[in-house]
Amino acid sequence: MFTTDLLRQLDKIAGQYEQKQAALLPVLHAIQEKEGLISPESEQDVSRYLGIPVVHVHEAVSFYHLFHQTKKGKCHFSVCQTTSCALLGGEDIIEHLKTRLGIKSGETTPDGKFSLSVVECLGACELAPMMQYNKEYRGFLNKKKIDELIDKNK
Amino acid sequence: MEKVLTRNFGLENSHRLETYLKNKGYQAARKALTKMTGPQVIDEIKKSNLRGLGGAGFPTGMKWGFIPQANPKPKYLVVNGDEGEPGTFKDKYIFEKDPHALLEGIIITCYAIASHKAYVYVRGEYVKSMQTLQAAIDEANSSGYLGKGIMGTTFDLDVVVHPGAGAYICGEETALLESLEGKKGFPRLKPPFPAVVGLFGCPTVINNVETLSCVGPIIANGGEWFAKLGSPKNGGNRLFCVSGHVNKPGVYELPNGITLRAIIYEHAGGIPNGRKLKAVIPGGISAPVLTADEIDVKMDFDSLKAIGSMAGSGGIIVMDDTTDMVWAAMVAARFFAHESCGQCSPCREGSGWVYNNLKKLYQGGARPHDLANLPGIIGNIGGNTICAFGDAVTMSVGSYVSKFREEFENKIKERVCRI
Ligand SMILES: Cc1cc2nc3c(=O)[nH]c(=O)nc-3n(C[C@H](O)[C@H](O)[C@H](O)COP(=O)(O)O)c2cc1C
Ligand code: SF4
Ligand code: FES
Repeated sequence: MFTTDLLRQLDKIAGQYEQKQAALLPVLHAIQEKEGLISPESEQDVSRYLGIPVVHVHEAVSFYHLFHQTKKGKCHFSVCQTTSCALLGGEDIIEHLKTRLGIKSGETTPDGKFSLSVVECLGACELAPMMQYNKEYRGFLNKKKIDELIDKNK
Repeated sequence: MEKVLTRNFGLENSHRLETYLKNKGYQAARKALTKMTGPQVIDEIKKSNLRGLGGAGFPTGMKWGFIPQANPKPKYLVVNGDEGEPGTFKDKYIFEKDPHALLEGIIITCYAIASHKAYVYVRGEYVKSMQTLQAAIDEANSSGYLGKGIMGTTFDLDVVVHPGAGAYICGEETALLESLEGKKGFPRLKPPFPAVVGLFGCPTVINNVETLSCVGPIIANGGEWFAKLGSPKNGGNRLFCVSGHVNKPGVYELPNGITLRAIIYEHAGGIPNGRKLKAVIPGGISAPVLTADEIDVKMDFDSLKAIGSMAGSGGIIVMDDTTDMVWAAMVAARFFAHESCGQCSPCREGSGWVYNNLKKLYQGGARPHDLANLPGIIGNIGGNTICAFGDAVTMSVGSYVSKFREEFENKIKERVCRI
């Protein structure tokens, strides 16, 4: 069940659209912001709230890669592997993160601190090689910058 | 050169209404709303030779003219700020440095097509862009530049920011509409075109952020002024995004008729470490790659098309002579395989197959028929799919194989699997 606070926020979002279903993406973003993931219970709640089948909600959650069905770590690295970043060493940054954290793309360390996602172009190729670190963009990456971030948050 | 799109970028607090107003902000919208009719605005845009800057280069004035005014349904403007085309990052600068220029373009466009509601679809990762744009909308609403009775006229307009959620295909206009309606981003079959059956089944114009940011200056200075800035049939300047192996990656506002050579060497500072240029993608990853001896081309839609590539989104990706072109093709194919929406089998299966083949070629383990089959597999994707993504796979990956054939053949000699 949504809290009254969240419900008020969702009503405000949904009020901007001619058809309630159109609010699906912003509604999911708002829930994920509060809860850190989209759980099966939230999918049920959203389905009731927007008046659409739960399978539609679930399809959207699995289609769009910014929605998570499990919680991400406190530090979430989303590193770009597309051409401009790859030309400047993006793939090495990804390998380095995998080694340092001992996880693969899509995984979280057992202590729940770090998550790694390998992503396609984030629209910041001028900062290559770059990543999204939680919500922030970080560019001109090298192994030292990555190590500093990991050590600071260990 | 006269700066149009970046005219305010260097100002302190360029994103604030106050700054924008000090620099003739919203005067073009006032002119359109008080002195011009909708059809007059459309005529001016036609005269300007403004072409869509999101990728396809379709004439903007003509697109607006397709909105059936006799249709009693509401009309919508949808702003494409998905900016997913690899190599492209210009819309982010507009959102963050001059959101009011975009809003002014939106007001004039909506007035021209008699729309009272605009949705700005922004890629979900652009958190700062969305915040800056929302703040600008709030300022405009509370100062009478948006909302009811704009600037004392009878024209009402509501602008809503809509977050995407990380899917490249949602930049394709019909996938974007599906996504905006709360569904998976699956492209629709065309026709019908969005101008007739668009958002919520109503007539809809979809334009890129940069395209709409040109509209204010065109109305302020006249269509002919804008047409003269560019090259024949390609009005105005563009924001060229330069990345990869260059000394000064970034966004450059330059006339449409400039050459690729001048952008790389004069503006982006040339190739680092004394290296030589090997290849360039001129218009986002979907555009066929050019070799180093093709860079005297003019960067407008028609000139690039004439040499078999495309101006696309204006994203220039530069590769120096250390670049392994089999690897580069593999990285591009990896992107396509990852981002295919999966709706059509030639694209879904084909892009995965092409990627796996290239990966084997690059890493070892390929057999001679893997290279021999490649052009056929690639060729079978394009032209057989619902949206232009399939053509992008064919043209992009195909161009590496045909222009750098020798490297592919050498790879197969070096790393072939002989079992
Ligand atoms: C696969 C694919 C991805 C696209 N991505 C974008 C995008 O991220 N941003 C954009 O403005 N246009 C994108 N487009 C082009 C849009 O479909 C559409 O042509 C454009 O938004 C129209 O606006 P314009 O006329 O102002 O260019 C894409 C097209 C395709 C086929
Ligand atoms: S061509 Fe590819 S991306 Fe486009 S609809 Fe078909 S499967 Fe989806
Ligand atoms: S290629 Fe990495 S952000 Fe664009």
